[in-house]
Amino acid sequence: MKAPAFDYIKPRHLDAVFKLQADYGDEARLLAGGQTLLATLNMRLSEPALLIDITGIAALKGISLQGSFLRIGALATHSEIEASALVAQHAPLLSLAAPHIAHRAIRNLGTWGGSIAYADPAAEWPACLMALDGIVVVQSAKGERRIAAQDFFLDLYSTALAEGELITACELPIAAPDQLFAFDELARRHGDYAIVGLALAATRAQAGLVGVKLAFLGLGKTPLRATASETWLGQRPLTVDLLEPLLEVLRSELDPLADLTNSAATKRHLALVLARRGLTAMLNPGNR
Amino acid sequence: MMNDKHLIHLTVNGQARHCEVAPRQHLVDFLREDLGLTGSHLGCEHGVCGACTVRLDGQVVRGCLVLAVQADGRSVETVEGLTASASMKDLQDAFVARNALQCGFCTPGMLMAAAELIETQPDADREQVRQWISGNYCRCTGYQAIVDAICDVLASRKAGAAQ
Repeated sequence: MKAPAFDYIKPRHLDAVFKLQADYGDEARLLAGGQTLLATLNMRLSEPALLIDITGIAALKGISLQGSFLRIGALATHSEIEASALVAQHAPLLSLAAPHIAHRAIRNLGTWGGSIAYADPAAEWPACLMALDGIVVVQSAKGERRIAAQDFFLDLYSTALAEGELITACELPIAAPDQLFAFDELARRHGDYAIVGLALAATRAQAGLVGVKLAFLGLGKTPLRATASETWLGQRPLTVDLLEPLLEVLRSELDPLADLTNSAATKRHLALVLARRGLTAMLNPGNR
Repeated sequence: MMNDKHLIHLTVNGQARHCEVAPRQHLVDFLREDLGLTGSHLGCEHGVCGACTVRLDGQVVRGCLVLAVQADGRSVETVEGLTASASMKDLQDAFVARNALQCGFCTPGMLMAAAELIETQPDADREQVRQWISGNYCRCTGYQAIVDAICDVLASRKAGAAQ
């Protein structure tokens, strides 16, 4: 179908965006990559009066190293992140996840900030942000604030963004040399929304893996950290002997929502498949 | 105000264009209806099928998920414009040789997607070709012949480069 009529404006500065948001309220939508928004307009699931195209605002662009953080600008496209040497070096989890996002033509326009703000529980970037304990930097006419990933995703497509706020960037802690990362997902077809996906981070130590973090996508109303399983492991290093007990804890922790084609039991099973695969590969780096 | 047209200045297949467009008009409707470039097809109109694939500033995009007004100041290339390029000519010849199309509806989008693969990942293997075109639907061929054609071009270009 065709989108309903709307007006369009492309401001050059954030102040102009905040003014328009204040004037139009819920009647305005921010347009970044548009890869979700324009599809929903074409299907007439949404009928805003105004699209505010924020792609001309330089402050929202770029990927840069800032102290102990890697800053991913809200307008960084999935393709930019996929090709970025800075990302590959300092946040390799994103490099691993990027090829799973939709298809090349979508990745060339879709943006990091759009994916975080839309907060689709089956999307890749929110799960990566959770696994890395990243920070969302948001701004409004009143100023800037920082929101930790675990406080950002509140419910289905719902975030801690307040009215009049937009995401300017995210800050990701820089990967240490002894950190390991893995990303995998199970989908019916490459580029489709995943049935289940897993972003994994851990630190290699003498005795095993420490600081294991598991962030799942596609299981619930938000991306999910397996906090009970992580807490069960506590300060103990994960070894081959502890893997099956950990997966048992994970099995009881996960309470997936069924979707149209996959039952909760199937999703739980597939989540455990991904966890076993990812952690086994990390525990046995030689046997890949 | 909502129906006010916006004046845009862009380059389409190397030619400067100055046109008035309604904000709601997407890029492929603009190319087809206003410029008469009917090589880009419109299938699902919500970013799933890939038939509308065109290049925006040198990169493939879904033409139905870009507004014409967003193309202001930018460069658009369609299958008509790229036909003169070497990679597109090779792909078109391989699609014919491999019988990689039946009804042809998906073909321009397939060619546009494949051209970016050939230019950015010259070492792609068959599995990577399949992944790359997973965003383009074909309801006739079963994809095998399309993958064959793209792999043929990758192989012949590699052989050519090695000489």
